[in-house]
Amino acid sequence: MQPLDFSILLRDDAPQMLVNGITLMLELTGFAWLLAMVLGTLLALVRMGRSKLAEGAVGAWVEYHQNVPMLVQIFLWYFGIATLLPSGLQMWMNRHGGEFIFATIAIGLASSAYMSEGLRGGIRAIPPSQIEAVRALGLNYLQAFRHVVFPQAFRIALPTLINHTVLLFKNTSLAMTIGVAEMMYATREIESRSFKTIEIYLLATAVYLGISLLIMAGGSLAERRLRVATR
Amino acid sequence: MGEIATILHDYGLLLLVGQYPSGALGGLALTFILAVLGLALAFPLSVLLALARVSPYPILYWPATALVYVMRGLPLIMLIFWVYFFLPVLLGRPVSGFSTLLATLVIYEAAYLAEIVRAGIESLPRGQMEAARSVGLTYMQAMRKVVLPQAIYNMTPAMLSQFVSTIKETSLGYVISVNELTFAANQVNSTLLTKPFPVFVILASIYFVLCFSLTQLARQLEKRVARRRAGIVRGAAAPAALPQIAAIAE
Repeated sequence: MQPLDFSILLRDDAPQMLVNGITLMLELTGFAWLLAMVLGTLLALVRMGRSKLAEGAVGAWVEYHQNVPMLVQIFLWYFGIATLLPSGLQMWMNRHGGEFIFATIAIGLASSAYMSEGLRGGIRAIPPSQIEAVRALGLNYLQAFRHVVFPQAFRIALPTLINHTVLLFKNTSLAMTIGVAEMMYATREIESRSFKTIEIYLLATAVYLGISLLIMAGGSLAERRLRVATR
Repeated sequence: MGEIATILHDYGLLLLVGQYPSGALGGLALTFILAVLGLALAFPLSVLLALARVSPYPILYWPATALVYVMRGLPLIMLIFWVYFFLPVLLGRPVSGFSTLLATLVIYEAAYLAEIVRAGIESLPRGQMEAARSVGLTYMQAMRKVVLPQAIYNMTPAMLSQFVSTIKETSLGYVISVNELTFAANQVNSTLLTKPFPVFVILASIYFVLCFSLTQLARQLEKRVARRRAGIVRGAAAPAALPQIAAIAE
C-alpha cells in the first residue's frame, strides 16, 4: 500500500473546494436547525392546546416527516415541488442556488417533526397543575408557556434535541445528491480527480466526527449548566 | 390523480419488485430485504457491543464505546463510501452495490442497536443481576439467562423503530446505484422526464404506508410491554427464565 500523501489536499483548487464545502455544510446546518427549532416549538405549542383539529394536523405533519426517508423528502422538494412553483420564482431559484434553498427547507421541515416530538415529551412531563396555577395567577396561555412550561420542558427535552441536532448535521450530507457543493460533495469531487481516496475520506471523516462530537459535548455542557437544583 | 394512476399502472410492478422475475429483484422488495437482513445480521453484533459497553473491563469498554461514537458521529453516506472503497480491497474481488450497502447497514445499525440493548440492560433493576449471581450463576450466565432475555424483550418496540429507520436508510443505496425503491423511482422519473412531482409523491407514499404501519405496530407493542412490566398482565407467558428469578427477587 502506498504511504499516505496529504499534500493533495493543498494542491490546485482543493483547499478552496474544501473551505467552500465546510462553509456550505455549516450554513445548511445552521439554517435548517433554525427552521426546525422555530417550527418545532410552534408545532409543540399547537399540540399543547385543546383543539382536536389542530392536534390532528400537527400529528399528520409529524408522521409524514418521520416516516418518509429524508432523501426522498429532499427529492420531492427539489425535483417535484419545485416544478409546481410559478415560472418566475423557478427562474429566481435557479439563479440563486435553488438546490441549497430546497435542501434547507427539506432538512429543516423533516427535523421540525423530531424537534417538536422531543419538546412535546418535555411538555408532557410538566404537571398540568402548574399551568393551572400560573393561569390562576393571571398569566395568559402564551405567557404560561413562555415563562413556566417552555423553560422546564426545554431542559427535559435537551438530550433529545441534542441527539436530533447531531442527526440533522449528519443529514446535511444528503444535500450532495441534488448538487449542493457541501463537504461530502467536495470530498467526492476531490476524490474523483486525485484518486487519493483514503486521504480525502480521512479528512472528511475527521471533520464530520469532530463537529458531531463538539455538538454532543456542547449539549452535555449545556445540560449541566442549565440544570436546576431540585429536591 | 389521473397521472398518479397512470404511472402506477405502467411502473407499479417495477417499483414493487424491479425487473423480477425476468431480471434482478429490485424496488420495494429489495428495500425490504436489505432492511431485514441488515438488522438481523446487526443484531448479534449489537448484543456483543452492548455487553462490552456495560462491561467493567476497559479493554472491552473503550473500543466498543469508540465504535459507537464514531458511528453516531458519521453520516451514513460517508460510511457507505468507506465500505464501497475498502470492501473490494479487503476481499480482493469486486463487490456488488447490494453487498456494499448491506455491509454498511450492518456496521451502522449494530452501533445504534447496541445503544438500545445497553439501555435495556441498564433499565433493569440491579436486583435482577444480584439475585441471579446469588443463586450461583456466573456473570455471563446471569447475563445470558436472566438479564438479556428481559432487556431484549423490553426493547422490542425500540428495535422495531430501528427497523423503520433502517428501511429509511436503505434509500441511500441510491448513491451507489443499488436498485432499491428510491433508485427505481429515480429511473422511472428519468424515463418519464416530465412528471417528477407525481413520481416522487408515489415514492414518498410507498415509504409512508410501510413505515407508518410499522411505527403504529411499535406503539402497540410498547403499550403491551409497558403493561407487562407494570405487572398488569398476570399469568401471561413471561419471557424465558423470568418466573424463577422473579420468585427469587420477591
